[in-house]
Amino acid sequence: MQCDKCKKNEASVHLTQIVDGKVLKVDLCKSCAGESGVQDTTGFSLADLLVGLGAADEMKKEGPGARCPVCGLTQADFKKTGRLGCATCWETFAPGLAPLLKAMHKGDHHIGKVPTRAAHTLVISEKIRQLSADLEKAVRAEKYEDAAVLRDQIREMETKLEAAGAAQKTA
Amino acid sequence: MRPMKLDQLLKSTSEWVQSEGPQNRIVLSSRVRMARNLRQYAFPGWAKKAERQRALETMRPVVESLPEMAECFSELMDNIAAIDKQMLVERHLISREHAVKNVGSGVVVDAAGAISVMINEEDHLRIQAIRAGLQIKDAFKLIDRVDTELEGQLEYAFSPRLGYLTACPTNVGTGMRASAMVHLPGMVLSDQINQIIQAVNKLGLAVRGLYGEGTEALGNMFQVSNQTTLGEREADIIERLNKVVLQIIEHEESARLTVLEKKPKLIYDHVGRAYGILTNAHAVTSKEALNLLSLLRLGVDLELLPASVRSVVDELFVLAQPAHVQKFAERKLSAEERDILRADLIRGRLSVMPKPKIGVVPPPRDGPTE
Repeated sequence: MQCDKCKKNEASVHLTQIVDGKVLKVDLCKSCAGESGVQDTTGFSLADLLVGLGAADEMKKEGPGARCPVCGLTQADFKKTGRLGCATCWETFAPGLAPLLKAMHKGDHHIGKVPTRAAHTLVISEKIRQLSADLEKAVRAEKYEDAAVLRDQIREMETKLEAAGAAQKTA
Repeated sequence: MRPMKLDQLLKSTSEWVQSEGPQNRIVLSSRVRMARNLRQYAFPGWAKKAERQRALETMRPVVESLPEMAECFSELMDNIAAIDKQMLVERHLISREHAVKNVGSGVVVDAAGAISVMINEEDHLRIQAIRAGLQIKDAFKLIDRVDTELEGQLEYAFSPRLGYLTACPTNVGTGMRASAMVHLPGMVLSDQINQIIQAVNKLGLAVRGLYGEGTEALGNMFQVSNQTTLGEREADIIERLNKVVLQIIEHEESARLTVLEKKPKLIYDHVGRAYGILTNAHAVTSKEALNLLSLLRLGVDLELLPASVRSVVDELFVLAQPAHVQKFAERKLSAEERDILRADLIRGRLSVMPKPKIGVVPPPRDGPTE
């Protein structure tokens, strides 16, 4: 079996950790295991190690050219450090990150605190989504007067959203 | 804000060391930290110097203007001497990672040493609250309030689906790491510590030695913390951690009783030796100090030493660490000189401590074990 980290040596250290009922597995050669500090069973979390391994592999599937349009981080950079470059990276590399997040966390979406400011823009975004659906219906029913009203409402909401400063996109 | 000098902040040990928190026989402190980033700047580890600098200049005045920071220590990392950075680490006010930061990073700590904000660590903001004893919920309430105040003035990187966006995927979601520092000599002496670590791991929580590298857990001090941050509400994480810590307390208490009952001489020997060495030695390494102080603390809990000794011991846990000893000397010391000074400091502090009160050996439950 090949080492998951260097992809060169024969893996001799096989690790399994059960976190919240999910099984995480990594196979490493002796020297990579030493570097990762896996002998230290107390201070070692497989999830931390997986950040440097699996995620970068997943991200490769999006093509080697995957690069964050805002900060310029590439998947190779991520593989090196295990760290993302900016907020937009979370969108750029979203498909690759998804399985990783699933393996290391309890769930795949946030259900905790929401900043008030974001909550405000979330409400507006939701409203725009609703209005857009209504607009589509109105057009299909050929109710063009209604559609015009809806279109104006959407524009108004979009201006509000911009004014709120943060067009928080769904990552 | 009223600025405070670092020496002023470090002059006395922080509030959480001095005050007696709930469950302080076993839990020394509770900490909750939140990782937060600004939307408009690249994360500190990836940002170019100028951008990191701009982010710092945006955040620092906002942090300083917090009501909690009415009196605070606020400084740029490049203006703090190496020894002082190390002291902040030993006080748990900044991370080891932050201590090596220079230009483009900063730190703000409130006067009581209860709230600290690291600016441009791995994330733009790492805000944390520390409370004495088992007060994870209180620490959370405090830092949650600070977070809400900051959020009013800073635009956080937040995604409705993934929550607070962080540099490392292990922190995304709540960005919260809650922990309790626990003293577990009973479980170490009875060889149950690895079992408990594994059991706690299965619950999605991590147990790590607080001091020392690798597997060694100096001073029998451990840190229990949540490992996951996505897919669970903050309050639920806190609740789960709190429950597990209460269970650990129960196990530790029963482990101590069992050892005392089955092998009282082992306890007497350990506490007696710790007493003998620390009150008489003239050179003590920090490793030896942490291990022996742990045994004195156990002696207090088992009523072999007066209760008043606990706060002295807890303070020494902080003061006996390398940078603190160094600072105390007010000059550069060699390792040997440090050990001598450490021994002097400990002897001085413990001079009023009476000898351990070794009572009549209670009859062992299952016949003699030795």
